[in-house]
Amino acid sequence: MSEEQKPGWRSIPIAGIITEPGSAMKYKTGDWRAYRPIIDEEKCVNCLLCWIYCPDAAIKRGEEKVSVDYEYCKGCGICANECPVGAIKMVEERR
Amino acid sequence: MSRILGLTGNGAVAYAVKQCEVDVVAAYPITPQTLIVEEFSEFVHNGEVHTEFVCVESEHSAMSACVGASLTGARVFTATASQGLALMHEILYIASTLRCPIVMGVVNRTLSAPINIHCDHSDMMGSRDCGWIQVYVENAQEAYDWVLQAFRIAESPEVLLPVTVNLDGFILSHSLEGVEVLDDEEVRSFVSTRKPVITIDPNKPITVGPICFTDFYFETKRQHVEAMNQSPKTINEVNGEFAELTGRRYNFIETYMMEDAEAAIICLGSTAGTAKAVAKRMRGRGKKVGVIKPWVYRPFPAEQILKSVENIGSLAVLDRACSVGAPYGPLCSDIAAVLYKENVKLNIFNVIYGLGGRDITPLDIEAIFNEALEVAETGVVKEPLKFVGVR
Ligand code: SF4
Ligand code: SF4
Repeated sequence: MSEEQKPGWRSIPIAGIITEPGSAMKYKTGDWRAYRPIIDEEKCVNCLLCWIYCPDAAIKRGEEKVSVDYEYCKGCGICANECPVGAIKMVEERR
Repeated sequence: MSRILGLTGNGAVAYAVKQCEVDVVAAYPITPQTLIVEEFSEFVHNGEVHTEFVCVESEHSAMSACVGASLTGARVFTATASQGLALMHEILYIASTLRCPIVMGVVNRTLSAPINIHCDHSDMMGSRDCGWIQVYVENAQEAYDWVLQAFRIAESPEVLLPVTVNLDGFILSHSLEGVEVLDDEEVRSFVSTRKPVITIDPNKPITVGPICFTDFYFETKRQHVEAMNQSPKTINEVNGEFAELTGRRYNFIETYMMEDAEAAIICLGSTAGTAKAVAKRMRGRGKKVGVIKPWVYRPFPAEQILKSVENIGSLAVLDRACSVGAPYGPLCSDIAAVLYKENVKLNIFNVIYGLGGRDITPLDIEAIFNEALEVAETGVVKEPLKFVGVR
């Protein structure tokens, strides 16, 4: 969401409270990312080390390959560091 | 039907809190506040109140417990002074932005070092920007009256901000006065019970105090500012209702002999009493002086102060706290800002006095009045910031 689309001080709940449970799902921490992990599916051997190491549970397991959930991936690069076959590249985000 | 009781300033606060049927008191003793919670703990022990009295291990914990209790919808009170208030500092901001309508008695005492237990306002001024409504009183009667009004103001859904009632350490806290108190029943109907805006309900869960970064912190703070900006309306209403009930009319400021004054003193707390007595005496000698006493310091009563100084030639601003390295003490900085903002040219000078409980005598005050009269006549401020009573 861009700054303009977010609600202003007149309409947000009082005292910064969150009025519904489970709303952390809506908080797209992927916004924080400066570098984006790109998985080369050709190289990936599906060892799942990235899935184990990702501190944000942002690696999703598929049938044969893994993928990144960019809504929550914060771009720390741990997955790229751990990948034994060098299948993950960190690419600068451009917005 | 009102009665007159012999009460100290602290006793008056404790008595008012008892009558307000407070649900939770969490406090830690500190001179010169201790007697408030000590006397209140007797009410608890004797079964005169239903209050949950929480003995905590520090003021930081006291204010933290107050925040938690207040968020459940309870009516909450605490009291502190000096280092205790300083230790609460970080939680003060949390209490106010989380919109906890806690009422706190602050028995003003200086801050160390050197260690000193006596009165000045450096404790509250050190936490001036904590976002609480701040009231200063002149005597025990005012302490009693403002505590009653403080609960109404704080808990009003239009305000929902915590309030400190400041009374001068020892000068008020330990002096015995005749205090006119209301019947319990009258207080009950004036203060009523708290009707919480935010409720803790397992069937409708909410999160209080979550992390809030660059995207919403500013908006939450802006909302807090607005609550403070809107509070004068409620303060005014509560003052009006209180006057109907008791005949004692409070306001944002009290003015004394200001109608035709040529020079005036503005000051907070008990010093205003001395200043009024001196002004009265000087009036007898034909010197046209007056006194302005802000009861409400936050929100700052800019409009009322401007109106009261409309026709004077000079204003001496007395600060019982100093902001080391700043152009003026805290009250004078506010006054200067307000005058400048409204493009009012008034000759002011700042007097820092009474630090660490140093007495300010009627003679000191007379000299300040005389200086203010001279400034009014000559239009020249010789000393914009001076220290009175220091060797
Ligand atoms: S960059 Fe960090 S957060 Fe994103 S997928 Fe890799 S390990 Fe997870
Ligand atoms: S660590 Fe590398 S090889 Fe292993 S699953 Fe992740 S991307 Fe594929």
